Amino acid sequence: MLLIRCPWCGPRDEVEFRYGGQAGISYPSDPDALSDEEWADYLFMRDNPKGEFRERWVHAHGCRRWFNAVRSTVTHEIRATFPIGEEPPA
Amino acid sequence: MADARARYWRSAEPRRSYDVVIVGGGGHGLSTAYYLARNHGLTDVCVVEKGWLAGGNMARNTTIIRSNYLWDESAAIYEHSLKLWEGLEDELGFDLQFSQRGVLNLAHHLGDVRSSLRRVNANRLNGVDAEWLTPEEVRAFCPIVNVSPDLRYPVLGATLQRRGGIARHDKVAWGYAARASDLGVDIVEHAEVVGFLRGPDGRLEGVRTTRGDIRAGRVALSAAGHTSVLASMLGLRLPLQSHPLQALVSVLLEPVLDCVVMSNAVHVYVSQAEKGELVMGAGIDAYNSYAQRGSFHVIERQMAAAVELFPIFAHAKLLRTWGGIVDVCPDASPIISATPIENLFINCGWGTGGFKATPGAGWVFADLVANGRPGELARPFSLERFTIGALIDEHGAAAVAH
Repeated sequence: MLLIRCPWCGPRDEVEFRYGGQAGISYPSDPDALSDEEWADYLFMRDNPKGEFRERWVHAHGCRRWFNAVRSTVTHEIRATFPIGEEPPA
Repeated sequence: MADARARYWRSAEPRRSYDVVIVGGGGHGLSTAYYLARNHGLTDVCVVEKGWLAGGNMARNTTIIRSNYLWDESAAIYEHSLKLWEGLEDELGFDLQFSQRGVLNLAHHLGDVRSSLRRVNANRLNGVDAEWLTPEEVRAFCPIVNVSPDLRYPVLGATLQRRGGIARHDKVAWGYAARASDLGVDIVEHAEVVGFLRGPDGRLEGVRTTRGDIRAGRVALSAAGHTSVLASMLGLRLPLQSHPLQALVSVLLEPVLDCVVMSNAVHVYVSQAEKGELVMGAGIDAYNSYAQRGSFHVIERQMAAAVELFPIFAHAKLLRTWGGIVDVCPDASPIISATPIENLFINCGWGTGGFKATPGAGWVFADLVANGRPGELARPFSLERFTIGALIDEHGAAAVAH
């Protein structure tokens, strides 16, 4: 089980969290202006790297807040967790 | 009895050039190679595998075979596959331990019951055998299932596909490899694709591997969980996410379970292999991963469900757990498609349920690669469906226990 550091509650077991997939996908500011390809890209296409991945988690059974993490998809090591809108430490 | 040292297939040195290079020597890659040669007369074909033959998901799945999917497009391709399974031992001249012992899909709440009945009716309209069993009939078919109404998630009934079952996964791979090899296909192990050969105009001309460059008229990706990694080398984004999917076996037991039992609601599926071990699959781990291992709480939850459904399993000892990397599509259906890159074809996105499709996927993918355009069975599974919105939503029939 992963040990995940919630930015507000500190380190907690993985079972307290839910996964949110790739971070930084924002809703298009003008959806009507998108082509079908762009809309498909927004809805369905996601990065799927073998290595560092910037992703979202929510502390579902704790403070219920969303945050971002940088985690390796090879070792599962979590390099950083940080509030949405901030950048991870270098 | 064959000489134990004899190889089933010819281990080839890669030549400089082939008509078709298939990336991935798992079940799908090998069956694709076989059907390219058998159905289309294409024998100038090479299968490159980064590890050993069929050592990825082909060695890690729970070997369940069925075709009782909801939508017409899925029923067509999975039923095509099941029909191929039914003649495959004769076709390949190999004992695959293919056993049509019946697959139960349990329903645990009213929503389950309704969607199961709908699926049974849809299956029948598509010529796929399907029955609805009441809890008493479930107990008659599989006496060790606990159908007590006192369960947290009681068994309210089940669908049954009698033609469903299991097969010995390794032998399926060896059978395809042997017969493809007999027909002239080169199988090259320990050759990892690390890049692609592009012409001056950007045209795809082959693959770079750890055993040298191989030129190819066409490249067919059949790399399951690593498809995104390969596609990203070509700048191609795909609607795939790679997740760990875990499974486990118990120690060897006397025969106790003579069918396959699956439960999507409580996330467990189980059969008993010929040797005697209980083979069980869990749900996927939520996070993206290429690690071929997952978190233990997923196994714990799966065991809790298994012991509640099968009280007789409570004292069985766990022998081994493992994980594979499955490539999951947003609609839980595969992609069998040409791509925006000329001469590049992909067969991926089978997620948690590719084993049952091994013959069918190879058949239709070979057809696509040979003709350069999809046949009837492959057409709905093109990449284009994500743009035009024609998704094939099989979360109900596939769920986690695909």
